[in-house]
Amino acid sequence: MPLLAILALAAGTYAFRLAGPALRRRIQIPDRLKHLLSVLTAVLLTALVATAALTEGHGFAGWARPAGVLVGGALALRRAPFPVVVVAAAVTTALLRLVGVS
Amino acid sequence: MRSFWRTLDQGVLRAIILVCLADAIAGASFGALTVSGGLPAWVPVAMSLLIFAGGAQFAAAGVVLAGGSPAAAVLAGLVLNARILPFGFTVGDAVGGSWWARLLGAHLIVDETVAFTQRYDEPRRRRAAFLISGLALFLCWNAAVALGALAGAAMPDPGRFGLDATYPTVLLALVLPSLGDRRIRGAAVIGAAIAVAVAPFVPAGLPVLFALVGLAVVIRPTDSKAPSGRAGLSHVPEES
Repeated sequence: MPLLAILALAAGTYAFRLAGPALRRRIQIPDRLKHLLSVLTAVLLTALVATAALTEGHGFAGWARPAGVLVGGALALRRAPFPVVVVAAAVTTALLRLVGVS
Repeated sequence: MRSFWRTLDQGVLRAIILVCLADAIAGASFGALTVSGGLPAWVPVAMSLLIFAGGAQFAAAGVVLAGGSPAAAVLAGLVLNARILPFGFTVGDAVGGSWWARLLGAHLIVDETVAFTQRYDEPRRRRAAFLISGLALFLCWNAAVALGALAGAAMPDPGRFGLDATYPTVLLALVLPSLGDRRIRGAAVIGAAIAVAVAPFVPAGLPVLFALVGLAVVIRPTDSKAPSGRAGLSHVPEES
């Protein structure tokens, strides 16, 4: 990850952040755009969850990782505290690997 | 300062600590995974300080670690962070009054701080919720990433500890509440399926962008008014 790429991503992200506090008195974003961005976020995040859980490079990541993510997701649905959700996912994956499931 | 703390009730302060803790685990994983993946330790640390957005950091670093181009990494991160734009308009009042407070405070706008700020209506409390959660998260996140990066150098295989499962789990917990809406869920599932299907064939970082095809499911020209999803806002415990 070259420094230039980090700076570019940081600058773009900061611009997204500053736009609201700087411009909110002068312009408003239309509800339609707000809605579109929230759907876009849900679609992107879900895709990121799926690819991060299931793939490694161009191949399958193995069963242990998605199994851990699934356990964490189930706990999140049951409104378990956030740290519990994350630790449970890691522990599930680690245990599966310990018994030989990659 | 003490009265500033007292503007928030115990329950919210406890919720902030819980979220900090969870983010610290994810942050440590980020530091460890990037360094053991072969990036120098200053990379995760600089990313966390300057970008300060977990999802985009993981996504961008993941692209580079998978052999993708830095440009694809930046693009993946930026598209993901576009969600922050409306956040800024939502909590802009709580970020700060003077221009320098706004310049510094803007950096603390993330999913979590927006969620905590939106619990309150009164300006003073909104400001307190934003600042306290923002500073706490910034400290936890960066300290955890730095520690993780140090540990990652000594850890040949963080996968043994299941650390690679923490990042998708954090994102899943973040997105789950917004998947309650049937059409958003439909779009998200189709998008995710496309992303996974193209992953073996397209360069790293791009599969997620292919998922945007899923958006076509929810966008109709006649559809001008729809319930606003609250993506990424509700993994913070409702009441505690």
